Amino acid sequence: MTKRKPLDDSSDWTFTKLEQYQSEIERVAQHYRLDTYTNQIEVITAEQMMDAYAGVGMPIGYNHWTFGKRFIQTEQTYKRGQMGLAYEIVINSDPCIAYLMEENTMAMQALVMAHACYGHNSFFKGNYLFKSWTDANSIIDYLLFAKKYIADCENKHGIDEVEACLDACHALMNHGVDRYKRPQKISMEAELKRQKERETYLQSQVNMLWRIGADNETEGKKIKTTFPTEPQENILYFIEKNAPLLKPWQRELVRIVRKISQYFYPQKQTQVMNEGWACFWHYTILNHLYDEGLVTDTFMLEFLHNHTNVVAQLDYSSPYYSGINPYALGFNMFMDIRRICENPSEEDKLWFPEIAGSNWLDTVHFAMENFKDESFISQFLSPKLMRDFKLFHLHDDSDKNYIEVAAIHNKSGYQQIRTMLSDQYNLSNLEANIQIINADVSGDRSLTLRYIPHQKVSLADSKDEVLKHLYYLWKFDVKLLQENKRGVDEMIAQCPELDKLAKKKATI
Amino acid sequence: MTNFIDRRLNSKNKSTVNRQRFIRRYKSQIKQAVSEAVNKRGVTDITSGENITITKKDLNEPVFHQGSDGIKDRVYPGNDQFTSGDRIARPPQQQGQGGQGDASDSGEGDDDFVFTISKDEYLHLLFEDLELPNLEKNQLDKVTNYKTVRSGYCAEGAASNIDIVKSLQGSIARRIAMTADKRRKLKVLEAELTLLKQDRQDNTLAKNKLITAISNLKDKISKVPFIDSFDLRYRNYAKQAVPTSKAVMFCIMDVSGSMDQATKDIAKRFYILLYLFLTRTYKTIDVIYIRHHTQAKEVNEHEFFYSQETGGTIASSALELMIEIMTQRYNEKEWNIYGAQASDGDNWADDSPHCQQLMRESILPKTRYFSYIEISQRAHQSLWQQYAQLADTDDAFSIEHIKTVADIYPVFRALFKRKKVQAA
Repeated sequence: MTKRKPLDDSSDWTFTKLEQYQSEIERVAQHYRLDTYTNQIEVITAEQMMDAYAGVGMPIGYNHWTFGKRFIQTEQTYKRGQMGLAYEIVINSDPCIAYLMEENTMAMQALVMAHACYGHNSFFKGNYLFKSWTDANSIIDYLLFAKKYIADCENKHGIDEVEACLDACHALMNHGVDRYKRPQKISMEAELKRQKERETYLQSQVNMLWRIGADNETEGKKIKTTFPTEPQENILYFIEKNAPLLKPWQRELVRIVRKISQYFYPQKQTQVMNEGWACFWHYTILNHLYDEGLVTDTFMLEFLHNHTNVVAQLDYSSPYYSGINPYALGFNMFMDIRRICENPSEEDKLWFPEIAGSNWLDTVHFAMENFKDESFISQFLSPKLMRDFKLFHLHDDSDKNYIEVAAIHNKSGYQQIRTMLSDQYNLSNLEANIQIINADVSGDRSLTLRYIPHQKVSLADSKDEVLKHLYYLWKFDVKLLQENKRGVDEMIAQCPELDKLAKKKATI
Repeated sequence: MTNFIDRRLNSKNKSTVNRQRFIRRYKSQIKQAVSEAVNKRGVTDITSGENITITKKDLNEPVFHQGSDGIKDRVYPGNDQFTSGDRIARPPQQQGQGGQGDASDSGEGDDDFVFTISKDEYLHLLFEDLELPNLEKNQLDKVTNYKTVRSGYCAEGAASNIDIVKSLQGSIARRIAMTADKRRKLKVLEAELTLLKQDRQDNTLAKNKLITAISNLKDKISKVPFIDSFDLRYRNYAKQAVPTSKAVMFCIMDVSGSMDQATKDIAKRFYILLYLFLTRTYKTIDVIYIRHHTQAKEVNEHEFFYSQETGGTIASSALELMIEIMTQRYNEKEWNIYGAQASDGDNWADDSPHCQQLMRESILPKTRYFSYIEISQRAHQSLWQQYAQLADTDDAFSIEHIKTVADIYPVFRALFKRKKVQAA
């Protein structure tokens, strides 16, 4: 490579320097075929960063106390020095907005630009989940629409009403996602246009449903129809379409929360890959610049110091251990894929016959585009990496008074560890599996849900509180069932509370 | 393609609204914390905010998540001693390893959620729903308070008051009115001209005639002035008398020898609270400070709160001084008069009936509200008994008893609680 005059490596940044570094990084990124949305890099202060934190990274958020709480929390921990702020926040939108903090040094800004503006950005644009489940074009517009709509509702119906409704929606936010059906893309104007029509249309549909119920009853038909015909796991969607007494504007709020939840769903499923990809590229790009002689040793030392901090993995025995660091796992996996392609060992050839010795750039792009955490790990976690991380698998059955070491990083354990680690990132195992099984359309209008435990794990106590929120939206009895050991459905929670039942018993 | 945007100068308080929402939602808990905190404060500490503690349990936003029982398979890094098949005794009370849901995993173990509210927020919460009882707006013939209000438009005025929109509206209307007739004729002529132009016969003469007529008309139309002094409209202002609500608060404190330091401290706290309440709620309110032992003296704020004196006690001296000041400076027809007296109850026995008499005959008829607080641990003495008779018969007079520092704030709230039915 041709040596060129190095860029200014003094630690203070200026906009001219930012642009110089940015254009060099962009050049290298293109060399590695990173396809990105247009970058919009915004320089902000620490306070603004805290604001961005509070809004969970949404550049435009509607007003709600929970964001206030999050802001106060962030502010407190930051002021006490218990927490540093992230160096950047990046948003999956087109143009891709990245926030850089004013306090960062030049080396940090370069790292962050490579990381966020080319790493994350290309991931957002290339990964299949983001491609098919989110629409980067319209998200900002949609958020704007949501904020305005909610503010209007507050004016019309009062802050308390809106707050109660949003609280209820937030409680069910994780159950407002279509896991298998791809949502349609929709832009702001279309949304606005449709929203008005929808209000009336939805209400008429709901009325229709409940009228059919009533008709059946009067005609004396004894056919027991279950509604919904299949169990529904998207509870918020079901509420939006079918809750009997919700007002049109409340349906719209449910929809907004649901949409935002859907937007963040791919993010939750690709944490390891997304961060790993970004780390891999900031490392690769900046090393490329170093090899070209564009950045100096001083720059590299500062960069490497930060980089190693970010991708450090603590051992389970460390007092600061807080789970597997997604940055570390992701970064090392991508580095490992490159290694397998460039210098495969005999073991690698056995485990990864189709990628060992292939073009590394093609392979990492392929991996980034077509996987999520769960499948990425089960596909690409190599025995070498398991040895490097010294991974071991604990099997913890609460019926037994010991915890068993089920597998360690040896020949007989590799497969199992890989499967278990992959499962650990499977959202459908992590989140409570709750489905709506029946809405009693022709009877007392009660709503019945079923919890299907994964590995005998019961539902946490918060269920009663959540049911209250669900009751607020449904406005008729809500019941939560779980199959017990004998295979019989058993009521595990109900709202309103049991006093009704108690009364019945008393009369018998 | 990359854009850099410098957002550092944008407003940084994007979260202010959400923060207020948070405070709004947890008002009852925060209020509780404020009223507990107010009694723990130093007497002089009236300018700082306050740390508020709310138990985390109240703040939880519930979601469905998995419990901590059942079978958990987890992978950990950094194996340093295990081989497969090893059994480890279950560590006692394992927690937090359950579902790693959305909850913040920053690892805070605090049970309480602590945050700071600003001075303004603090005072607002402290004095919310309190008001001076029986405050009336005294409208007088001789009021000197005027407010300038807009009252329509007029045709004359100072140039600075020209209303451009109104004036131009006038101008447009006038121009339309003055040219309507001519423009109608113009249209007719133009229509004729186009007809002539389409005609194949030679009619130059007729055309020329028409063209001159048209240009004459156009000239006339253009001579109508764009704006005329006739169009101008000026904003009109009028003076309006405004009802005033002037109030004066008399603060009377016993500083005699029997008032020990602790008692004085309580009295001071009470008055500081009162002072904060008044200055925060009412912009135009006079406060008169009177301190007394055997003699009464009008003092300034600083002296009232911070200097020390000793001596016997004759409470009527302060009341007499108050009456004197009222008659000299504060006419009860112009002023809402309030009084607050604090004492440990000690008084020269013969003086107490005199106090009652002064109160009944000279003070209460002129004041809107008078409160007496007694700070003591002992049995009530003559002054309390005399006042108690009064309090039974007169709504505008109330007495309260403070035993410890903790009573101050509740008593204060009881005295100034906003009445539900408010006589206008």
